[in-house]
Amino acid sequence: MEQYDVAIIGAGVCGANIARKLSQYELDVALLEKEIDVSLGTSKANSGIVHGGFHDHISTLKARLELQGALMFDRLHEELDFPFERCGILVAALHEDEMRAIEQLYLQGVENGVIGIEMCSRERMLELEPKLNPDVVGGLYAPSGGILEPYRFVFSLVESARKNGVQVKTEFEVAQAERDGEFWQIQSKAGETIRARYVVNSAGLHADTISAAFGAERFTIAPRKGEYYLLDRTTKAKPSRVIFPVPTEVSKGILVIPTVEGTVLIGPTASPAQDKEDFATTRDQLEHILHSARMMVPSISENDVITSFAGLRASYGNDFYIANSEKAPAFVQVAGIQSPGLTASPAIGEYVKDLLKKAGLRLVEKPSWDPYVHKVPRARDADPYTLDTLVAQDPAYGDIVCRCERVSEAEIVKAIRAGHTTLDGIKYYTRAQMGRCQGGFCTYKIIRILMRETGMSWDQITKHGGNSAILKGSL
Amino acid sequence: MKQLTFDAVVVGGGAAGMSAALELDARGHSVLILEREDTLGGILMQCIHNGFGLIEFNEELTGPEFAQRFEEKVSARNIQASLRTTVLDIREEEGRRVVYAVSPSQGMMRIEARAVVLAMGCRERNRGNIRIPGTRPAGIYTAGLAQRLVNIEGYIPGKDVVIIGSGDIGLIMARRMTWSGCKVHAVIEILPYPSGLTRNIVQCLNDFGIPLYLSHLVTDIYGKDRVEGIEVTPIESGALMHEKAFKIACDTVLLSVGLVPENELSRNAGIEIQPTTNGPWVDSMLMTSLPGVFACGNVLHVHDLVDYVVEEARRAGANAAAWLSGYRPSREIRIKTGSNIRYVLPARLNPERENRLYMRSLVVKNDARLEVRLDGNVVRSRKLAHVQPSEMLSLTLGPEDVAAAGRDSVVEIALV
Repeated sequence: MEQYDVAIIGAGVCGANIARKLSQYELDVALLEKEIDVSLGTSKANSGIVHGGFHDHISTLKARLELQGALMFDRLHEELDFPFERCGILVAALHEDEMRAIEQLYLQGVENGVIGIEMCSRERMLELEPKLNPDVVGGLYAPSGGILEPYRFVFSLVESARKNGVQVKTEFEVAQAERDGEFWQIQSKAGETIRARYVVNSAGLHADTISAAFGAERFTIAPRKGEYYLLDRTTKAKPSRVIFPVPTEVSKGILVIPTVEGTVLIGPTASPAQDKEDFATTRDQLEHILHSARMMVPSISENDVITSFAGLRASYGNDFYIANSEKAPAFVQVAGIQSPGLTASPAIGEYVKDLLKKAGLRLVEKPSWDPYVHKVPRARDADPYTLDTLVAQDPAYGDIVCRCERVSEAEIVKAIRAGHTTLDGIKYYTRAQMGRCQGGFCTYKIIRILMRETGMSWDQITKHGGNSAILKGSL
Repeated sequence: MKQLTFDAVVVGGGAAGMSAALELDARGHSVLILEREDTLGGILMQCIHNGFGLIEFNEELTGPEFAQRFEEKVSARNIQASLRTTVLDIREEEGRRVVYAVSPSQGMMRIEARAVVLAMGCRERNRGNIRIPGTRPAGIYTAGLAQRLVNIEGYIPGKDVVIIGSGDIGLIMARRMTWSGCKVHAVIEILPYPSGLTRNIVQCLNDFGIPLYLSHLVTDIYGKDRVEGIEVTPIESGALMHEKAFKIACDTVLLSVGLVPENELSRNAGIEIQPTTNGPWVDSMLMTSLPGVFACGNVLHVHDLVDYVVEEARRAGANAAAWLSGYRPSREIRIKTGSNIRYVLPARLNPERENRLYMRSLVVKNDARLEVRLDGNVVRSRKLAHVQPSEMLSLTLGPEDVAAAGRDSVVEIALV
């Protein structure tokens, strides 16, 4: 039976950060994921923002971790391979009454110690972002806020963790757990059993189920849906900074986000989901997104929409729930991680490491730990001379498979060799199928490459594993 | 980086690109075709049904047969074609037009050309473009992707099929999927009339008893991992009748909801794009707003028939050749759209030459009259038994039609 010092349940952005953090120490660590690939839950469908540190008061755990996490991204960006940019965040007030709320956010930001935060006049706002609604009366500017590709961040964290010895076990859905002396014995749905001294519950939407399976605290994660529209990179409405409206009691509102890869994301909505599998978008909410986003940037057009999607927030109370369990031994809860979870996630890794230490885990630094991963060159980022060199080294860089996002065959092969063997996995790793044609031109090419590289047969090609077969027959 | 020089570069080796290249070559200009696929022929290669070439060759051909006729001429003339080559950029460097392209065998190529012909074709609109809500399972494909999978790759994308939109590719695929042993349950069209050609409605739906729901909207798609069904809501007097909504179980949804010219390259090059066609603005020579850059085929506007594509592309090729030889029109007359006309191409006509005009109606109408007015006076009028938006109209105007034109004259095309 495989035996580990720590088993982390859930390979979303929290689990991945925790795994990478623990990979710095002389520990045997397993990262367990029920899906076929990592980052397929809440971590793939969110706003992809490094927040500005002014939305929540420093007395909350989430604000403290957000502030700490936000500062860690520059180093992570240097060490890992994910796109990130501090483009800045604007909060726009469209009415004088809203300026009071802006001032509150500003004061909270100052109290939280946010660097560079400023109040803005109408003129300053329009100078910072000419695409804003000209009716803007003023607002807030947080220059340190940024944007990243959340799934690429998780993929890279996992790659780094794996490189430093962490075992990643996908399609390992925890079915039951029991104490066995100093160990937790964990059985998967497929019948595989592993043992671990410590367990971290970073199971996102399913953290409540996992907690119950380990006889730990009883609580309920309520899924709250956020729907988004993605706009083509050719849209005239692309702002240069993230634009927030003035937040309400329940949410930060509908944002206009220039993604770090050049498209534009508008959303999210906030509505209760029917269940934890309810990823359906709805006509009413989608109309609401367009309407609200146009309040901020009037030039947004439905003609620019290339797709819509929904993500589920794992909501529980008003703050993060990160603590050693008081009921189950050697069990750390990492639950209720909603916004600003992505921003806070690197700090969550540190925090959980400290909780494990408090619970008795011995941490000895590994001298061989290597924080760096190889940065995969991307055809779309290469100037003509660089691309020419890349093709000379690997001709597959000259085969542009995805014309919309300019992804070469070389990048698709690298995704497959990194373990992403579904169409969605390849999409999130490379961006192929993510552009304006949404896979209309490149899907068959990717299927060919996938079969050639892996030896899979046509009936094994899926969108995201399970029953999501792409093809139903062969002629 | 490889440096090349040609009189003209043709971007795209489909029907339009080959047709334009042949004209340039025939007039003595060196020409290079850049094609991203492994073969010339473009999208025709997956259109294995017949019905192509009735105008061009006066006989019925399949898509690959039609393409082959052009390809044979291209290879007989020794016209250079660089395959598996993607054009990345069209720029101006020190007053010269430069095309950057990449291929696995050649690496980056920097090609100087005095003329460029855009012939990149079009892409299919997808689910996001028409904003159908619901889940995002496997089993939702554009009709063109399904056609590629079935006809070339040899796979069946699904067994129980619903087709959204009544565009021609969707109709063709309804028949193709039925022949492959699949059940096509319905074709759902939001408009009160079909988007495809009448002959395709008859031959692909009616002959197989496939129901066509006009004025119906797909309002939801269900299914977690794979499509399980859709919800269809009738539209009456422009309003969704939610109480009359019904479900159809299926494992596959094919989308045939329109085509969009692929002009990202053109946009990045700074070429002016028309919102009505999503194609470049062109003058009487089919030249875009960038001097020396021409456009033809589906990248200019979406055509019904490849026969019209090759005809238009011949003009673009011949015009590009004339332009290379120094010809410039001494005067052009502005063309504008009048009543019931969605667009007219080109935007200018040359009063000294014959001009071929293409246009689309905004309305479905019987006993219509197409009028050409010069400064408000009808100079030409043609009776049309039936017009509809899905059938392109064309018209030729010569110097005699606009003989009375002055310096600021405007030609208006209208349907009454």
